[in-house]
Amino acid sequence: MAVEQLDIHLVLMMPEILVAIMAMALLLLSAWTHKGGAGVIHWLTMMTIVAVVLVIQVGSGTATTFGGQFITDDFSRYVKVVMCLGMVLPVLMSADYIRGHGMDGGEYHVVTMFAMLGGMIMASSGGFLILYLGLELMSLSLYVLAAWRRDDRCSSEAGLKYFVLGSVASGLLLYGISMVYGVTGGTGFAEVASFLGKPEGHGSQLLALGVVMILAGMGFKIAAVPFHMWAPDVYQGAPTPVTAFMSVVPKVAAIAALFRILFDVFPTYHVQWVPILQLFAVLSMAVGAFGGLVQTNIKRLLAYSSIGHVGYMLIGLVANSQAGAQGVLVYITIYLFMTVGVFGLIIAFDRQGLGENISDYQGLARKQPVMAFVMAMFMFSMAGIPPLAGFIGKFSIFMAAVKGGFIPLAVVGVLFSAVGAFYYIRVVKVMYFDQPEGEFKVTLSGGGFIVVSLSLFMIFFWGILPGDLLAWTGASVQAFH
Amino acid sequence: MSLNHYLVLGAILFTIGIFGIFLNRRNVIIIMMSIELILLAVNINFVAFSRFMGNVDGQIITFFVMTVAAAEAAIGLAILVAFFRNRATIDVEEIDSMKG
Repeated sequence: MAVEQLDIHLVLMMPEILVAIMAMALLLLSAWTHKGGAGVIHWLTMMTIVAVVLVIQVGSGTATTFGGQFITDDFSRYVKVVMCLGMVLPVLMSADYIRGHGMDGGEYHVVTMFAMLGGMIMASSGGFLILYLGLELMSLSLYVLAAWRRDDRCSSEAGLKYFVLGSVASGLLLYGISMVYGVTGGTGFAEVASFLGKPEGHGSQLLALGVVMILAGMGFKIAAVPFHMWAPDVYQGAPTPVTAFMSVVPKVAAIAALFRILFDVFPTYHVQWVPILQLFAVLSMAVGAFGGLVQTNIKRLLAYSSIGHVGYMLIGLVANSQAGAQGVLVYITIYLFMTVGVFGLIIAFDRQGLGENISDYQGLARKQPVMAFVMAMFMFSMAGIPPLAGFIGKFSIFMAAVKGGFIPLAVVGVLFSAVGAFYYIRVVKVMYFDQPEGEFKVTLSGGGFIVVSLSLFMIFFWGILPGDLLAWTGASVQAFH
Repeated sequence: MSLNHYLVLGAILFTIGIFGIFLNRRNVIIIMMSIELILLAVNINFVAFSRFMGNVDGQIITFFVMTVAAAEAAIGLAILVAFFRNRATIDVEEIDSMKG
Protein backbone atom coordinates (compact mmCIF):
# COMPACT_ATOMS: atom_id res chain seq x y z
CA MET A 1 0.00 0.00 0.00
CA ALA A 2 3.06 2.25 -0.22
CA VAL A 3 1.81 5.29 -2.07
CA GLU A 4 4.60 7.30 -3.63
CA GLN A 5 2.48 10.06 -5.05
CA LEU A 6 -1.15 10.88 -4.50
CA ASP A 7 -3.14 8.69 -6.82
CA ILE A 8 -6.75 9.74 -6.42
CA HIS A 9 -9.12 9.89 -9.37
CA LEU A 10 -12.56 10.33 -7.92
CA VAL A 11 -14.09 10.35 -11.38
CA LEU A 12 -13.49 6.60 -11.58
CA MET A 13 -15.70 6.16 -8.53
CA MET A 14 -18.57 8.30 -9.79
CA PRO A 15 -21.20 5.52 -9.70
CA GLU A 16 -20.34 4.66 -6.09
CA ILE A 17 -20.19 8.30 -5.03
CA LEU A 18 -23.55 8.96 -6.65
CA VAL A 19 -25.18 6.03 -4.86
CA ALA A 20 -23.65 7.02 -1.53
CA ILE A 21 -24.68 10.67 -1.75
CA MET A 22 -28.20 9.87 -2.92
CA ALA A 23 -28.64 7.22 -0.23
CA MET A 24 -27.65 9.69 2.49
CA ALA A 25 -29.80 12.46 0.99
CA LEU A 26 -32.82 10.15 0.83
CA LEU A 27 -32.19 9.08 4.43
CA LEU A 28 -32.45 12.73 5.50
CA LEU A 29 -35.50 13.23 3.30
CA SER A 30 -37.27 10.24 4.83
CA ALA A 31 -36.45 11.50 8.32
CA TRP A 32 -37.96 14.93 7.57
CA THR A 33 -41.06 13.84 5.69
CA HIS A 34 -42.01 10.81 7.86
CA LYS A 35 -44.37 8.50 5.98
CA GLY A 36 -45.51 11.21 3.56
CA GLY A 37 -42.30 11.11 1.53
CA ALA A 38 -42.26 7.35 0.92
CA GLY A 39 -43.68 7.63 -2.60
CA VAL A 40 -41.23 10.36 -3.57
CA ILE A 41 -38.33 8.37 -2.18
CA HIS A 42 -39.49 5.32 -4.12
CA TRP A 43 -39.30 7.20 -7.42
CA LEU A 44 -36.09 9.05 -6.52
CA THR A 45 -34.45 5.71 -5.75
CA MET A 46 -35.30 4.37 -9.16
CA MET A 47 -34.18 7.55 -10.91
CA THR A 48 -30.89 7.38 -9.01
CA ILE A 49 -30.29 3.83 -10.20
CA VAL A 50 -31.06 4.84 -13.79
CA ALA A 51 -28.58 7.72 -13.45
CA VAL A 52 -26.00 5.34 -12.00
CA VAL A 53 -26.37 2.99 -14.96
CA LEU A 54 -25.82 5.93 -17.30
CA VAL A 55 -22.74 7.04 -15.34
CA ILE A 56 -21.35 3.50 -15.40
CA GLN A 57 -21.60 3.47 -19.18
CA VAL A 58 -19.30 6.51 -19.38
CA GLY A 59 -15.67 5.57 -19.68
CA SER A 60 -13.92 2.53 -21.02
CA GLY A 61 -10.75 0.56 -20.59
CA THR A 62 -9.08 -0.37 -17.33
CA ALA A 63 -8.03 2.16 -14.71
CA THR A 64 -7.11 2.00 -11.03
CA THR A 65 -7.10 4.58 -8.29
CA PHE A 66 -6.19 4.86 -4.59
CA GLY A 67 -2.91 3.06 -5.16
CA GLY A 68 -4.52 0.22 -7.06
CA GLN A 69 -7.12 -0.41 -4.35
CA PHE A 70 -10.02 0.46 -6.65
CA ILE A 71 -10.35 -0.96 -10.16
CA THR A 72 -12.72 0.00 -12.93
CA ASP A 73 -12.69 -2.19 -15.99
CA ASP A 74 -15.14 -3.71 -18.43
CA PHE A 75 -15.83 -6.54 -16.01
CA SER A 76 -16.70 -4.27 -13.08
CA ARG A 77 -18.90 -2.11 -15.32
CA TYR A 78 -20.85 -5.13 -16.55
CA VAL A 79 -21.29 -6.52 -13.05
CA LYS A 80 -22.43 -3.15 -11.70
CA VAL A 81 -25.09 -2.84 -14.38
CA VAL A 82 -26.35 -6.32 -13.44
CA MET A 83 -26.43 -5.26 -9.78
CA CYS A 84 -28.36 -2.09 -10.64
CA LEU A 85 -30.95 -4.24 -12.43
CA GLY A 86 -31.04 -6.61 -9.48
CA MET A 87 -31.78 -3.65 -7.24
CA VAL A 88 -34.22 -1.62 -9.33
CA LEU A 89 -36.47 -4.48 -10.51
CA PRO A 90 -37.38 -5.71 -6.99
CA VAL A 91 -37.99 -2.10 -5.91
CA LEU A 92 -40.23 -1.50 -8.92
CA MET A 93 -42.35 -4.59 -8.41
CA SER A 94 -42.76 -4.34 -4.66
CA ALA A 95 -44.08 -0.79 -4.13
CA ASP A 96 -47.45 -1.96 -2.85
CA TYR A 97 -46.04 -4.93 -0.92
CA ILE A 98 -43.88 -2.46 0.99
CA ARG A 99 -46.87 -0.21 1.67
CA GLY A 100 -49.16 -3.10 2.55
CA HIS A 101 -46.80 -4.67 5.08
CA GLY A 102 -45.87 -1.52 6.95
CA MET A 103 -42.35 -1.42 5.53
CA ASP A 104 -42.58 2.04 4.02
CA GLY A 105 -41.10 5.24 5.30
CA GLY A 106 -38.31 5.39 2.77
CA GLU A 107 -35.55 3.90 4.89
CA TYR A 108 -36.14 0.56 3.20
CA HIS A 109 -34.91 1.99 -0.09
CA VAL A 110 -31.96 3.67 1.58
CA VAL A 111 -30.74 0.45 3.18
CA THR A 112 -31.19 -1.38 -0.12
CA MET A 113 -29.06 1.25 -1.82
CA PHE A 114 -26.34 0.86 0.79
CA ALA A 115 -26.37 -2.89 0.24
CA MET A 116 -25.96 -2.35 -3.49
CA LEU A 117 -23.18 0.18 -2.84
CA GLY A 118 -21.29 -2.45 -0.85
CA GLY A 119 -21.71 -4.88 -3.71
CA MET A 120 -20.42 -2.34 -6.24
CA ILE A 121 -17.35 -1.70 -4.10
CA MET A 122 -16.70 -5.45 -3.91
CA ALA A 123 -16.87 -5.75 -7.68
CA SER A 124 -14.30 -2.96 -8.06
CA SER A 125 -12.02 -3.96 -5.20
CA GLY A 126 -8.31 -4.04 -5.85
CA GLY A 127 -7.22 -5.15 -2.40
CA PHE A 128 -8.37 -7.32 0.45
CA LEU A 129 -9.13 -4.39 2.75
CA ILE A 130 -11.52 -2.68 0.35
CA LEU A 131 -13.03 -6.06 -0.50
CA TYR A 132 -13.74 -6.63 3.19
CA LEU A 133 -15.20 -3.16 3.68
CA GLY A 134 -17.51 -3.54 0.68
CA LEU A 135 -18.55 -6.97 1.87
CA GLU A 136 -19.38 -5.70 5.35
CA LEU A 137 -21.34 -2.72 4.04
CA MET A 138 -23.39 -5.11 1.96
CA SER A 139 -23.79 -7.77 4.64
CA LEU A 140 -24.71 -5.40 7.47
CA SER A 141 -27.38 -3.79 5.28
CA LEU A 142 -28.71 -7.23 4.36
CA TYR A 143 -29.00 -8.34 8.00
CA VAL A 144 -31.15 -5.29 8.65
CA LEU A 145 -33.22 -5.88 5.50
CA ALA A 146 -33.88 -9.52 6.42
CA ALA A 147 -35.25 -8.43 9.81
CA TRP A 148 -37.19 -5.52 8.33
CA ARG A 149 -40.67 -6.67 9.43
CA ARG A 150 -39.97 -6.10 13.09
CA ASP A 151 -43.25 -7.50 14.37
CA ASP A 152 -43.03 -10.68 12.32
CA ARG A 153 -41.62 -13.73 14.12
CA CYS A 154 -40.06 -15.25 11.04
CA SER A 155 -38.51 -12.02 9.78
CA SER A 156 -36.65 -11.17 12.97
CA GLU A 157 -35.54 -14.77 13.31
CA ALA A 158 -34.25 -14.71 9.72
CA GLY A 159 -32.31 -11.53 10.49
CA LEU A 160 -30.77 -13.04 13.61
CA LYS A 161 -29.72 -16.26 11.86
CA TYR A 162 -28.30 -14.36 8.91
CA PHE A 163 -26.41 -12.06 11.27
CA VAL A 164 -24.80 -14.84 13.32
CA LEU A 165 -23.76 -17.03 10.39
CA GLY A 166 -22.76 -14.06 8.24
CA SER A 167 -20.53 -12.69 10.99
CA VAL A 168 -18.81 -16.04 11.38
CA ALA A 169 -18.21 -16.01 7.63
CA SER A 170 -16.69 -12.53 7.81
CA GLY A 171 -14.48 -13.74 10.67
CA LEU A 172 -13.27 -16.70 8.60
CA LEU A 173 -12.60 -14.44 5.62
CA LEU A 174 -10.64 -11.96 7.74
CA TYR A 175 -8.60 -14.71 9.38
CA GLY A 176 -7.72 -15.96 5.91
CA ILE A 177 -6.77 -12.45 4.82
CA SER A 178 -4.50 -12.09 7.86
CA MET A 179 -2.71 -15.32 6.86
CA VAL A 180 -2.25 -14.11 3.29
CA TYR A 181 -0.96 -10.80 4.61
CA GLY A 182 1.46 -12.55 6.94
CA VAL A 183 2.96 -14.63 4.15
CA THR A 184 3.02 -12.08 1.34
CA GLY A 185 3.46 -8.83 3.27
CA GLY A 186 0.72 -7.02 1.40
CA THR A 187 -3.04 -6.84 1.02
CA GLY A 188 -3.34 -5.25 -2.43
CA PHE A 189 -4.28 -7.81 -5.09
CA ALA A 190 -1.37 -6.75 -7.32
CA GLU A 191 1.18 -7.00 -4.48
CA VAL A 192 0.00 -10.45 -3.41
CA ALA A 193 -0.11 -11.69 -7.00
CA SER A 194 3.41 -10.45 -7.75
CA PHE A 195 4.72 -12.14 -4.59
CA LEU A 196 3.06 -15.41 -5.59
CA GLY A 197 4.49 -15.10 -9.09
CA LYS A 198 8.01 -15.51 -7.70
CA PRO A 199 9.40 -19.01 -7.13
CA GLU A 200 9.64 -18.62 -3.33
CA GLY A 201 5.97 -17.64 -3.15
CA HIS A 202 4.77 -21.24 -3.10
CA GLY A 203 4.50 -24.12 -0.72
CA SER A 204 3.61 -22.19 2.39
CA GLN A 205 1.17 -24.01 4.69
CA LEU A 206 0.02 -20.72 6.14
CA LEU A 207 -0.88 -19.39 2.71
CA ALA A 208 -2.79 -22.58 1.87
CA LEU A 209 -4.78 -22.18 5.09
CA GLY A 210 -5.45 -18.56 4.22
CA VAL A 211 -6.77 -19.42 0.76
CA VAL A 212 -9.06 -22.11 2.19
CA MET A 213 -10.47 -19.70 4.79
CA ILE A 214 -11.03 -16.94 2.23
CA LEU A 215 -12.89 -19.39 0.00
CA ALA A 216 -14.95 -20.57 2.99
CA GLY A 217 -15.89 -16.99 3.85
CA MET A 218 -16.91 -16.22 0.28
CA GLY A 219 -18.72 -19.55 0.09
CA PHE A 220 -20.93 -18.42 2.97
CA LYS A 221 -21.87 -15.26 1.10
CA ILE A 222 -22.89 -17.06 -2.08
CA ALA A 223 -24.56 -19.88 -0.06
CA ALA A 224 -22.40 -22.66 -1.51
CA VAL A 225 -22.63 -26.01 0.26
CA PRO A 226 -21.29 -26.76 2.94
CA PHE A 227 -21.88 -23.12 3.98
CA HIS A 228 -25.53 -22.89 2.91
CA MET A 229 -27.34 -23.60 6.21
CA TRP A 230 -28.65 -20.05 6.53
CA ALA A 231 -30.11 -19.76 3.04
CA PRO A 232 -33.45 -21.64 3.35
CA ASP A 233 -34.41 -20.03 6.66
CA VAL A 234 -33.39 -16.53 5.61
CA TYR A 235 -35.10 -16.79 2.22
CA GLN A 236 -38.29 -17.98 3.89
CA GLY A 237 -38.33 -15.52 6.77
CA ALA A 238 -37.25 -12.34 5.02
CA PRO A 239 -39.95 -10.17 3.40
CA THR A 240 -40.45 -11.26 -0.23
CA PRO A 241 -38.96 -8.13 -1.92
CA VAL A 242 -35.89 -8.54 0.29
CA THR A 243 -35.61 -12.20 -0.69
CA ALA A 244 -35.78 -11.19 -4.34
CA PHE A 245 -33.06 -8.61 -3.77
CA MET A 246 -30.79 -10.85 -1.72
CA SER A 247 -31.02 -13.77 -4.10
CA VAL A 248 -29.44 -11.63 -6.82
CA VAL A 249 -27.30 -8.67 -5.77
CA PRO A 250 -25.16 -10.24 -2.99
CA LYS A 251 -24.56 -13.32 -5.15
CA VAL A 252 -23.48 -11.20 -8.12
CA ALA A 253 -21.20 -9.17 -5.85
CA ALA A 254 -19.64 -12.18 -4.15
CA ILE A 255 -19.12 -13.98 -7.46
CA ALA A 256 -17.48 -10.82 -8.85
CA ALA A 257 -15.21 -10.70 -5.79
CA LEU A 258 -14.38 -14.38 -6.33
CA PHE A 259 -13.40 -13.53 -9.92
CA ARG A 260 -10.98 -10.94 -8.58
CA ILE A 261 -9.58 -13.22 -5.89
CA LEU A 262 -9.18 -16.30 -8.07
CA PHE A 263 -8.10 -14.74 -11.37
CA ASP A 264 -6.26 -11.60 -10.19
CA VAL A 265 -4.67 -12.74 -6.92
CA PHE A 266 -4.26 -16.50 -7.01
CA PRO A 267 -4.01 -17.38 -10.73
CA THR A 268 -0.69 -19.15 -10.09
CA TYR A 269 -2.27 -21.02 -7.21
CA HIS A 270 -5.04 -22.81 -9.08
CA VAL A 271 -3.80 -26.28 -8.09
CA GLN A 272 -4.94 -25.29 -4.62
CA TRP A 273 -8.33 -23.72 -5.25
CA VAL A 274 -9.68 -25.70 -8.20
CA PRO A 275 -10.30 -28.90 -6.14
CA ILE A 276 -11.92 -26.90 -3.33
CA LEU A 277 -14.32 -25.13 -5.67
CA GLN A 278 -14.97 -28.41 -7.44
CA LEU A 279 -16.09 -29.90 -4.13
CA PHE A 280 -18.27 -26.83 -3.42
CA ALA A 281 -19.82 -27.09 -6.88
CA VAL A 282 -20.70 -30.79 -6.68
CA LEU A 283 -22.09 -30.51 -3.14
CA SER A 284 -24.10 -27.37 -4.00
CA MET A 285 -25.65 -29.01 -7.04
CA ALA A 286 -26.49 -32.11 -4.98
CA VAL A 287 -28.07 -30.21 -2.08
CA GLY A 288 -29.84 -27.87 -4.52
CA ALA A 289 -31.29 -30.82 -6.43
CA PHE A 290 -32.27 -33.12 -3.54
CA GLY A 291 -33.07 -30.51 -0.88
CA GLY A 292 -35.72 -28.92 -3.07
CA LEU A 293 -37.63 -32.19 -3.52
CA VAL A 294 -39.35 -32.13 -0.13
CA GLN A 295 -40.10 -28.42 0.21
CA THR A 296 -43.63 -27.11 0.59
CA ASN A 297 -42.86 -23.39 0.87
CA ILE A 298 -42.14 -21.70 -2.45
CA LYS A 299 -39.52 -19.30 -1.03
CA ARG A 300 -37.73 -22.21 0.63
CA LEU A 301 -37.87 -24.08 -2.65
CA LEU A 302 -36.28 -21.09 -4.39
CA ALA A 303 -33.55 -21.04 -1.73
CA TYR A 304 -32.58 -24.60 -2.63
CA SER A 305 -32.92 -23.67 -6.27
CA SER A 306 -30.46 -20.80 -5.79
CA ILE A 307 -28.03 -23.12 -3.97
CA GLY A 308 -28.15 -25.35 -7.04
CA HIS A 309 -27.63 -22.39 -9.39
CA VAL A 310 -24.57 -21.35 -7.38
CA GLY A 311 -23.22 -24.86 -7.90
CA TYR A 312 -23.50 -24.46 -11.68
CA MET A 313 -21.85 -21.03 -11.55
CA LEU A 314 -18.95 -22.51 -9.56
CA ILE A 315 -18.36 -25.00 -12.40
CA GLY A 316 -17.62 -21.98 -14.59
CA LEU A 317 -15.05 -20.77 -12.08
CA VAL A 318 -13.51 -24.22 -11.78
CA ALA A 319 -13.03 -24.33 -15.56
CA ASN A 320 -10.49 -21.53 -14.92
CA SER A 321 -10.71 -20.17 -18.45
CA GLN A 322 -12.15 -17.20 -20.27
CA ALA A 323 -14.99 -19.35 -21.55
CA GLY A 324 -15.79 -20.36 -17.96
CA ALA A 325 -15.75 -16.77 -16.75
CA GLN A 326 -18.03 -15.78 -19.60
CA GLY A 327 -20.34 -18.68 -18.78
CA VAL A 328 -20.64 -17.48 -15.18
CA LEU A 329 -21.61 -13.97 -16.30
CA VAL A 330 -24.14 -15.33 -18.81
CA TYR A 331 -25.60 -17.60 -16.15
CA ILE A 332 -25.87 -14.91 -13.50
CA THR A 333 -27.50 -12.44 -15.88
CA ILE A 334 -30.14 -14.96 -16.90
CA TYR A 335 -30.54 -16.06 -13.28
CA LEU A 336 -31.30 -12.43 -12.38
CA PHE A 337 -34.28 -12.28 -14.74
CA MET A 338 -35.63 -15.72 -13.84
CA THR A 339 -35.44 -15.04 -10.11
CA VAL A 340 -36.88 -11.54 -10.26
CA GLY A 341 -39.72 -12.76 -12.47
CA VAL A 342 -40.67 -15.59 -10.08
CA PHE A 343 -40.58 -13.28 -7.07
CA GLY A 344 -42.71 -10.77 -8.97
CA LEU A 345 -45.36 -13.47 -9.28
CA ILE A 346 -45.03 -14.49 -5.63
CA ILE A 347 -45.60 -10.86 -4.63
CA ALA A 348 -48.66 -10.80 -6.91
CA PHE A 349 -50.04 -13.92 -5.19
CA ASP A 350 -49.35 -12.31 -1.84
CA ARG A 351 -51.52 -9.33 -2.88
CA GLN A 352 -54.49 -11.69 -2.92
CA GLY A 353 -53.65 -13.08 0.48
CA LEU A 354 -52.48 -16.37 -1.04
CA GLY A 355 -49.90 -18.07 1.10
CA GLU A 356 -46.37 -19.00 0.23
CA ASN A 357 -47.13 -22.73 0.16
CA ILE A 358 -46.91 -24.46 -3.17
CA SER A 359 -50.26 -26.15 -2.45
CA ASP A 360 -51.90 -22.70 -2.43
CA TYR A 361 -51.34 -22.58 -6.19
CA GLN A 362 -53.48 -25.67 -6.85
CA GLY A 363 -55.45 -25.35 -10.04
CA LEU A 364 -54.20 -21.87 -10.84
CA ALA A 365 -54.22 -22.71 -14.55
CA ARG A 366 -58.01 -23.24 -14.57
CA LYS A 367 -58.75 -19.81 -13.18
CA GLN A 368 -55.82 -17.75 -14.40
CA PRO A 369 -54.24 -19.41 -17.42
CA VAL A 370 -51.92 -16.49 -18.22
CA MET A 371 -50.43 -16.31 -14.71
CA ALA A 372 -49.94 -20.06 -14.60
CA PHE A 373 -48.31 -20.02 -18.04
CA VAL A 374 -45.85 -17.27 -17.02
CA MET A 375 -44.96 -19.10 -13.81
CA ALA A 376 -44.50 -22.32 -15.76
CA MET A 377 -42.14 -20.59 -18.20
CA PHE A 378 -39.97 -19.31 -15.33
CA MET A 379 -39.91 -22.78 -13.79
CA PHE A 380 -38.95 -24.40 -17.12
CA SER A 381 -36.24 -21.80 -17.59
CA MET A 382 -34.81 -22.52 -14.13
CA ALA A 383 -34.86 -26.23 -14.95
CA GLY A 384 -32.82 -25.42 -18.06
CA ILE A 385 -35.29 -26.58 -20.71
CA PRO A 386 -34.67 -25.14 -24.19
CA PRO A 387 -35.56 -22.82 -25.88
CA LEU A 388 -35.66 -20.73 -22.67
CA ALA A 389 -32.68 -18.73 -21.49
CA GLY A 390 -31.91 -20.97 -18.51
CA PHE A 391 -30.72 -23.54 -21.03
CA ILE A 392 -28.24 -21.09 -22.57
CA GLY A 393 -26.74 -20.40 -19.13
CA LYS A 394 -26.29 -24.08 -18.31
CA PHE A 395 -25.05 -24.85 -21.82
CA SER A 396 -22.29 -22.23 -21.78
CA ILE A 397 -21.15 -23.38 -18.31
CA PHE A 398 -21.04 -27.05 -19.27
CA MET A 399 -19.29 -26.31 -22.56
CA ALA A 400 -16.61 -24.36 -20.71
CA ALA A 401 -16.16 -27.27 -18.29
CA VAL A 402 -15.80 -29.75 -21.15
CA LYS A 403 -13.30 -27.52 -22.96
CA GLY A 404 -11.32 -27.13 -19.73
CA GLY A 405 -11.09 -30.90 -19.37
CA PHE A 406 -13.57 -31.22 -16.50
CA ILE A 407 -15.79 -33.74 -18.29
CA PRO A 408 -16.84 -35.73 -15.17
CA LEU A 409 -17.89 -32.46 -13.49
CA ALA A 410 -19.99 -31.50 -16.51
CA VAL A 411 -21.64 -34.93 -16.53
CA VAL A 412 -22.44 -34.67 -12.82
CA GLY A 413 -23.86 -31.21 -13.44
CA VAL A 414 -26.16 -32.45 -16.19
CA LEU A 415 -27.36 -35.32 -13.98
CA PHE A 416 -28.13 -33.03 -11.04
CA SER A 417 -29.91 -30.57 -13.29
CA ALA A 418 -32.13 -33.47 -14.41
CA VAL A 419 -32.92 -34.28 -10.75
CA GLY A 420 -33.54 -30.62 -10.00
CA ALA A 421 -35.94 -30.32 -12.93
CA PHE A 422 -38.31 -32.58 -10.96
CA TYR A 423 -39.25 -30.02 -8.35
CA TYR A 424 -39.63 -27.17 -10.81
CA ILE A 425 -41.99 -29.32 -12.83
CA ARG A 426 -43.83 -30.30 -9.64
CA VAL A 427 -44.85 -26.63 -9.25
CA VAL A 428 -46.17 -26.70 -12.83
CA LYS A 429 -48.03 -29.94 -12.08
CA VAL A 430 -49.69 -28.40 -9.01
CA MET A 431 -50.85 -25.42 -11.05
CA TYR A 432 -52.09 -27.38 -14.08
CA PHE A 433 -53.33 -30.76 -12.88
CA ASP A 434 -54.62 -30.26 -9.33
CA GLN A 435 -58.16 -29.18 -8.52
CA PRO A 436 -58.58 -25.53 -7.45
CA GLU A 437 -59.74 -25.16 -3.86
CA GLY A 438 -60.68 -21.51 -3.73
CA GLU A 439 -61.14 -18.53 -5.95
CA PHE A 440 -58.15 -16.80 -7.50
CA LYS A 441 -58.09 -13.18 -8.50
CA VAL A 442 -54.38 -12.63 -8.88
CA THR A 443 -53.49 -9.30 -10.41
CA LEU A 444 -50.10 -7.71 -10.86
CA SER A 445 -49.45 -4.17 -9.75
CA GLY A 446 -48.31 -1.74 -12.46
CA GLY A 447 -44.64 -2.10 -11.54
CA GLY A 448 -45.02 -5.83 -11.09
CA PHE A 449 -46.49 -6.12 -14.58
CA ILE A 450 -43.51 -4.28 -16.08
CA VAL A 451 -40.98 -6.42 -14.22
CA VAL A 452 -42.63 -9.77 -14.91
CA SER A 453 -43.22 -9.06 -18.59
CA LEU A 454 -39.67 -7.75 -19.02
CA SER A 455 -38.27 -10.87 -17.34
CA LEU A 456 -40.45 -13.13 -19.46
CA PHE A 457 -39.40 -11.31 -22.62
CA MET A 458 -35.69 -11.55 -21.74
CA ILE A 459 -35.99 -15.26 -21.02
CA PHE A 460 -37.51 -15.96 -24.42
CA PHE A 461 -35.32 -13.45 -26.24
CA TRP A 462 -32.01 -14.69 -24.84
CA GLY A 463 -33.13 -18.28 -25.10
CA ILE A 464 -33.56 -17.90 -28.85
CA LEU A 465 -31.09 -15.10 -29.70
CA PRO A 466 -28.32 -15.13 -27.07
CA GLY A 467 -25.84 -13.41 -29.41
CA ASP A 468 -25.90 -9.99 -27.71
CA LEU A 469 -25.56 -11.43 -24.23
CA LEU A 470 -22.64 -13.63 -25.29
CA ALA A 471 -20.93 -10.66 -26.97
CA TRP A 472 -21.31 -8.40 -23.91
CA THR A 473 -20.12 -11.01 -21.44
CA GLY A 474 -17.32 -12.08 -23.74
CA ALA A 475 -16.06 -8.50 -23.97
CA SER A 476 -16.20 -8.00 -20.20
CA VAL A 477 -14.05 -11.00 -19.31
CA GLN A 478 -11.24 -10.12 -21.76
CA ALA A 479 -9.10 -8.92 -18.84
CA PHE A 480 -8.94 -12.37 -17.24
CA HIS A 481 -6.18 -14.66 -18.53
CA MET B 1 8.32 -13.35 22.43
CA SER B 2 8.47 -14.56 18.85
CA LEU B 3 5.91 -14.17 16.09
CA ASN B 4 4.75 -17.72 16.74
CA HIS B 5 3.63 -16.89 20.27
CA TYR B 6 1.29 -14.23 18.96
CA LEU B 7 -0.01 -16.43 16.17
CA VAL B 8 -0.75 -19.23 18.61
CA LEU B 9 -2.59 -16.78 20.87
CA GLY B 10 -4.60 -15.61 17.86
CA ALA B 11 -5.37 -19.20 16.86
CA ILE B 12 -6.50 -20.05 20.41
CA LEU B 13 -8.81 -17.03 20.56
CA PHE B 14 -10.19 -17.86 17.12
CA THR B 15 -10.88 -21.47 18.13
CA ILE B 16 -12.58 -20.40 21.35
CA GLY B 17 -14.75 -18.05 19.30
CA ILE B 18 -15.77 -20.74 16.81
CA PHE B 19 -16.50 -23.27 19.58
CA GLY B 20 -18.40 -20.63 21.52
CA ILE B 21 -20.75 -20.21 18.59
CA PHE B 22 -21.35 -23.83 17.70
CA LEU B 23 -21.28 -25.50 21.11
CA ASN B 24 -23.23 -22.83 22.99
CA ARG B 25 -26.87 -23.88 23.31
CA ARG B 26 -28.11 -21.25 25.71
CA ASN B 27 -27.74 -17.60 24.98
CA VAL B 28 -27.45 -15.46 21.86
CA ILE B 29 -25.42 -12.86 23.76
CA ILE B 30 -22.67 -15.46 24.18
CA ILE B 31 -22.67 -15.88 20.39
CA MET B 32 -22.16 -12.12 20.01
CA MET B 33 -19.22 -12.30 22.44
CA SER B 34 -17.74 -15.18 20.45
CA ILE B 35 -17.99 -13.16 17.24
CA GLU B 36 -16.09 -10.32 18.90
CA LEU B 37 -13.49 -12.85 20.03
CA ILE B 38 -12.98 -14.04 16.45
CA LEU B 39 -12.44 -10.47 15.26
CA LEU B 40 -9.98 -9.85 18.11
CA ALA B 41 -8.02 -12.94 17.12
CA VAL B 42 -7.80 -11.53 13.60
CA ASN B 43 -6.59 -8.19 14.96
CA ILE B 44 -3.85 -9.87 17.00
CA ASN B 45 -2.71 -11.68 13.87
CA PHE B 46 -2.62 -8.49 11.84
CA VAL B 47 -0.73 -6.51 14.47
CA ALA B 48 1.75 -9.32 15.08
CA PHE B 49 2.49 -9.75 11.39
CA SER B 50 2.72 -6.01 10.96
CA ARG B 51 5.18 -5.64 13.86
CA PHE B 52 7.43 -8.49 12.80
CA MET B 53 7.50 -7.56 9.13
CA GLY B 54 7.97 -3.85 9.78
CA ASN B 55 5.03 -3.15 7.49
CA VAL B 56 2.33 -0.78 8.70
CA ASP B 57 -0.56 -2.08 6.53
CA GLY B 58 -1.71 -4.59 9.12
CA GLN B 59 -2.16 -1.98 11.82
CA ILE B 60 -4.26 0.17 9.49
CA ILE B 61 -6.46 -2.83 8.72
CA THR B 62 -6.89 -3.40 12.45
CA PHE B 63 -8.50 0.01 12.83
CA PHE B 64 -10.95 -0.71 10.04
CA VAL B 65 -11.77 -4.11 11.54
CA MET B 66 -12.46 -2.55 14.94
CA THR B 67 -14.76 0.05 13.37
CA VAL B 68 -16.67 -2.59 11.44
CA ALA B 69 -16.88 -4.77 14.57
CA ALA B 70 -18.54 -1.90 16.43
CA ALA B 71 -21.11 -1.43 13.65
CA GLU B 72 -21.69 -5.16 13.55
CA ALA B 73 -22.31 -5.35 17.30
CA ALA B 74 -24.78 -2.46 17.10
CA ILE B 75 -26.76 -4.07 14.28
CA GLY B 76 -26.65 -7.50 15.88
CA LEU B 77 -27.98 -6.21 19.19
CA ALA B 78 -30.71 -4.23 17.41
CA ILE B 79 -31.87 -7.36 15.59
CA LEU B 80 -31.69 -9.27 18.86
CA VAL B 81 -33.93 -6.70 20.56
CA ALA B 82 -36.47 -7.04 17.72
CA PHE B 83 -36.32 -10.80 18.12
CA PHE B 84 -36.75 -10.59 21.89
CA ARG B 85 -39.84 -8.39 21.54
CA ASN B 86 -41.47 -11.05 19.35
CA ARG B 87 -40.52 -14.11 21.37
CA ALA B 88 -39.63 -12.92 24.88
CA THR B 89 -36.60 -15.21 24.81
CA ILE B 90 -33.05 -15.21 23.49
CA ASP B 91 -32.48 -18.90 24.03
CA VAL B 92 -30.57 -20.39 21.09
CA GLU B 93 -32.76 -23.51 21.03
CA GLU B 94 -35.90 -21.40 20.66
CA ILE B 95 -34.73 -19.98 17.31
CA ASP B 96 -36.45 -22.72 15.36
CA SER B 97 -39.79 -21.52 14.00
CA MET B 98 -38.75 -22.34 10.42
CA LYS B 99 -38.02 -25.92 9.45
CA GLY B 100 -37.88 -28.08 6.37
